[in-house]
Parts: sequence; structure tokens; C-alpha cells
Amino acid sequence: MEMLSSNDGLNIILALLISWSCSILGVFLMLRKMVMVGDAITHSVLPGVVIAYLMGSGGENYIVLLGAAFFGVLTTVIIDFLFRKLKLQEDASIGLTFTWLFAVGVVLIAFFSDGNADIDQECVLFGELGLSFMDKIIWNGYVLGTKSIWMIGPMFLLILILVIKGFKGFQIISFQTDYAASKGIKVNKWHYLLMILVSLVTVLSFESVGAILVVGFLILPPATAYLLSSRLIRIHFISIGLATAGVLIGYLLAQWFDVSISPMIVLTLGFVFFLTFVIKMQNTKHLK
Amino acid sequence: MTYSLLLYILLGLGLVGAMSGAVGTFAFLKKRTLVGDAVSHSILPGLVIGYLLMGTKDPYVLILSGTIFGLISIRSIDLIHQKSKLSIDTAIAIVTTVYFALGSVLLSVVAKSPNGSQAGLKDFLFGKAATLTENDIVAFAIVFVLVIITLIVLFKPFQSIAFSADFAGGQGWKVKRFEFILAVLTSIVITTGLQAVGVVLMSALLIGPGAIARYWTNSLKKMLLLSVVVGAFSGIAGGLLSLSKDNMPTGPWVIIVLFTATILTLLFAPKKGWLAIQSRNRLNKKQMAEENLLKTIEQLREKGNNKITFQSILDQRRLEAAVFDRAFSALSKKGMVKINDQIISLTELGVAEAQRIVRLHRLWEMYLTARLNFKNDHIHGTAETIEHLITADLEKVLMEELNFPSEDPHQKPIPYGNAKQ
Repeated sequence: MEMLSSNDGLNIILALLISWSCSILGVFLMLRKMVMVGDAITHSVLPGVVIAYLMGSGGENYIVLLGAAFFGVLTTVIIDFLFRKLKLQEDASIGLTFTWLFAVGVVLIAFFSDGNADIDQECVLFGELGLSFMDKIIWNGYVLGTKSIWMIGPMFLLILILVIKGFKGFQIISFQTDYAASKGIKVNKWHYLLMILVSLVTVLSFESVGAILVVGFLILPPATAYLLSSRLIRIHFISIGLATAGVLIGYLLAQWFDVSISPMIVLTLGFVFFLTFVIKMQNTKHLK
Repeated sequence: MTYSLLLYILLGLGLVGAMSGAVGTFAFLKKRTLVGDAVSHSILPGLVIGYLLMGTKDPYVLILSGTIFGLISIRSIDLIHQKSKLSIDTAIAIVTTVYFALGSVLLSVVAKSPNGSQAGLKDFLFGKAATLTENDIVAFAIVFVLVIITLIVLFKPFQSIAFSADFAGGQGWKVKRFEFILAVLTSIVITTGLQAVGVVLMSALLIGPGAIARYWTNSLKKMLLLSVVVGAFSGIAGGLLSLSKDNMPTGPWVIIVLFTATILTLLFAPKKGWLAIQSRNRLNKKQMAEENLLKTIEQLREKGNNKITFQSILDQRRLEAAVFDRAFSALSKKGMVKINDQIISLTELGVAEAQRIVRLHRLWEMYLTARLNFKNDHIHGTAETIEHLITADLEKVLMEELNFPSEDPHQKPIPYGNAKQ
């Protein structure tokens, strides 16, 4: 194996920031039983991304973020509309909404890209973490990270601050939505905040992990942590720890076997989940 | 584009839509459509392994290896859900991403192997309707016929399972076995369909037709038939729309057609559509308002009030002015109420109808206390609702069951009019 270079360092920093952001949001998604809505959002922000690409220059601009936030909220609004107003069952509401928005996104790409390689279906599905170091920011000869890092970094801090500041709110809507509502907590506010954050993180990780694998970042560490603990704060810490380990080990394995990086990270996270699941499964059997 | 190529595309999409509609109906009824999404992602490693082992992109080999992974993913979801505290949606997301990640890693291995070309495999990810060949169409047709025959032969057990797995078990069907067959069919259809619409959009093809059909009929047979037709239609219509521009992917257009059709159905379907439900609610509300107004006038008459005015009605029962006006003019059109010099009175028809409602209210109160041991102060609210719902047949049963009581639990007379005959 080649020695890891500073480029690898930049890739790893990006992956860690993505995985930590996803881990925090994923815990709440999981506890709110909204994983599928989160999954839907990761796909349905596509039209927002495409429109922003068409309007502005390249990927990392703030229009992309606005577009993503808008389509993320739109997704939950449409799902709620189909489910509550039009009485379509929930799984079908989710499945139809995100496939439709994704389809609209793909059609937009086809209509306007015309061979423009900037954005295509494939990059939406896979992403390529290994190339993230290419948009290096260099100042006076010092590497100050990459553009991606400078996008996701503040996002991670924002999430961290929001979650610490609003921990009680997030905590109470995670476990007892009805109780929260009866206590006068604005459930909708927290709900949509969570959805907007999921949309933003998804978009920021589009190029490096892709729409499908980001779900793995969102759900695998929290689910594994949840098997190990039931206390919210512990779940968060375990989850972040697992995410960190998964990123580091997955990255090294990907280099070792010379395969795609982000799928390898998700696979590593999945393997850790599998081990935890098997051990915990035997334990419960033993107890029975 | 040549005519025969166009024909292939439309035929292929129609077949895929039809078979997805058929199988998707059951997934929809069991509320497991998102499992279809998981399966369509999890098939990827199956395809790559099938290719690596057999060294061919033969559609039959890939359908087989894809189906095997589809089944493994369904089993994994059930296992995670049953053997841990994780909810089903978490289990689905875990399986979806981990298997898809495995497939992606394997794909990158194939890309690096000397004679490796991902082209044929990538077709499964994004669909390749524009390049469907005669071979593919034959494969689609075979799968379609296979699915339809299986559904026809095993209709009875599938019907029971779709209704309720416990019910099916009670009827003596081997539920596990038939659920497995259904899972096999679903996996085969998804693997086949991926070639036309791609991995992300496949689940919509499973959901849409079934959802639409459910709103038009209650019979499973009709639902299946309709679902097949809707699936085929959206496949073909989406295919035609995608021809509007060169290099336009087909899958998204199929899904856009399907989504539009679903929304239209949800809004306008007879009986179950949003519009139908709204107008039914309005009708019910109108009828209730009229009946409440009649009842209030009757209550005032009982009290010996001979000069019933709008004001005395409003004093007796709080009614919204607009609701009151509408109900009153409807009743006078029906010839049940009259107004003379501000004094409101009931016609003979009005008296009979008003007494019917008061009777139902008091009979029901009687029934609640006499037969269900309700306390006197707990019965009025329920009776307020039920008085609008009891049919003539039920009324007769109630009267006979209670043997025509003369007073209700609050010692108010029960008016019978001509109802005793």
C-alpha cells in the first residue's frame, strides 16, 4: 500500500465531517421513525441541485443549498399532503414522492445538460470521495483545506450548535411527539428544522458520497449505537465514535484493495452493524 | 429511429409496467412497497457477482443472480426487524445501503479487471429502454407470462395473504411458503424491470399502479387487472414522451406519467377520491343540520311553546346563522316547515320527521341504559350522533327489542306517531 498523502488527509477530513453531521441527524431520524422520509429527501433534493447547477457556476454555491432546503421541505410537505389529505397509505406516499422528484431531476438534467459533463445521473448515485482533494484552497502556499471541507465544516458546526442549544426540543420530539405537542412544544418547527438540515447535508455530500450511500452514513452508526444503548446522549457519542472508526477503516481498506471509497466506508459501517447485531441477537436469545 | 426499435422500446416498457403492476398490487396491499425499493438497490451485488462468476451479461443469468440477492435482502430486512429493537424503516434503510455499497465496491473491482466493462451492468442502474433488443423483449415476455400464470394459479392463497397473513394461516394456507413465492416473483420482476427504468425509479412502478387501482375498485381481481393495464399504459406513455428529445432517459418519464395519474386518481376517483369524500361530507353535514333544526322545533313544541320564532330556536340550540338559514330554506322547500308572521310551525310531514329523530334519540338512550348499563348522564352525547345514522330497519329492531317503551331514561315521552304499525 502506498503511504497516505496529504490529499488522503483532506479526503478523510471531508468524510469525517460528513459522517459526523449525518450521525447526529440520523439518530433523530431513526428515533422519530422517519428514516424513510430522510431516505426520500436524499433523492428528491435532486431537482434543486440541478436547477442550481443550471443557474449558477459549478457545484458549491449557496443557491444549491437554498434549492436543496426548498426541495427537502417540499418533499415532506408533499408526503404529508398525500398521506393526510388524500389518504394514500404512508409507504406509498413516500415511495411515489421521492421517485417522482428524482425523475423530475433526471429529466431536467437530460433537457438542459446537453453533453455537459458537470452533472450526470451517475455522479448523483455514486459520488467520488477520492477526487474531493481536487478543489484545494491554497493561500500563500499553504493548503487551507478544500472547498468541500469549507462547505460541510460550517454545516457540521451549525448542526452541533443547533442540537446542543435545542437538545431538549429534539429529545422530546424524538421520543414522544404527542407529549411534546401537549407541552406546547412546536413539533413542526423541530420537524422541519431536522428535514432542512438533512437536505443540506445530503446536498453537501452529493459529490463525495452520492444520494444512496449518504443514507448509509445517516442510519448505520445510529442504528448500531441504538443496539448498544437506549440513552440519547450515549447513542450520540457511540454513533459518532462508530462513524469515525468506519470512515478511517473504510478509507484504508479502499486504498488497500483499490476500490471506491465511500461504498467501502458504508460497507465497513455495515459490517460493524452486522457484528453488533449478531452479538446482540444471541444475547437476547440467551436471555429468553 | 427505426420503426422496429420504437416498437421494442414501447413493448418492453409496456411489459415491465404490466408485470410490476401485477406484483406491486400485493406489495401495496401489504403496505410493503418500500421493501421493493430496498430490493431494487440490493440486487446490484447480485448482478455483479453473476457477471463475475459466469463472465457473461446474458439477461437470464443476471435475472437469476439478481433475484437471489433480492431474496437475501428481503430476508435480511425481516431478520433485523424481528431480532432487534430497530423499526422496519431502519431495517430497510440499512439493507438498502449496505447491499448497494457492496455492489458499488464490486463494480469498481470489475472496472479495474482487464476485460471488465461495466456497460451492461450500468444498464441495470439507470435503465436502457432506448437500447432494448429482441432478446430482452423475449426475456421480458417470458417473465411476464411466468408471473401472470403464477398469480392466476395461486390466486386464492395470495388473496388471503394480501387480506391478512393471520387470516390466511387460519384458513390453513402455508403462509411462509406463499410469502416466499411472492418474494421470488417480486425480486424477478424488479430485476427485470431495472433494465427499463433503473434502480431508483423501479419502486415507483411497483407502487403506482396498485395505488391507482385500489381507488377504483374493492375487488382484488379487478384491482389486479386494472393495475396491469395502468402499469402497461404508463410504461408506453412514458416511452412515447421520452422520445420528445434525443438521449432522453425513459424511466423518469414513466414515473412522471404514473405520478400524475396517481394524483388525478386520488383527487377524482369515485367514492374514494378526495372530491367524492368532500362532497359526501358536505351532504352529511347538511342532512344533520336539517335534522337538528327539526328536532329543536319539536322540542320547543313539546314544551308547549306555540309561538316559535327564529330567536326561540336559537335560544334552545346554538346554531350558526348561515347553517341555520340554509337548513331552514331546505326544509321549507321540502314542505316540512312553514313560517307565518315570524311564527314557525311544522307541517304534518315535518312533525312526522321531527318525531322520528326525537324517537331515535330517545330509543337509543333507552337502549344504552337498559341493555348496556350506561349511566343516565353518559348517554346524550352518543345519542346526538347516532340519531342521524339509524336506518328504518334498525329502528324497527330497536323498538321491538325494547318493547316500545313510552319514556326515555330522562322520563321524556317517546313519540311514536305512526311508527308502531
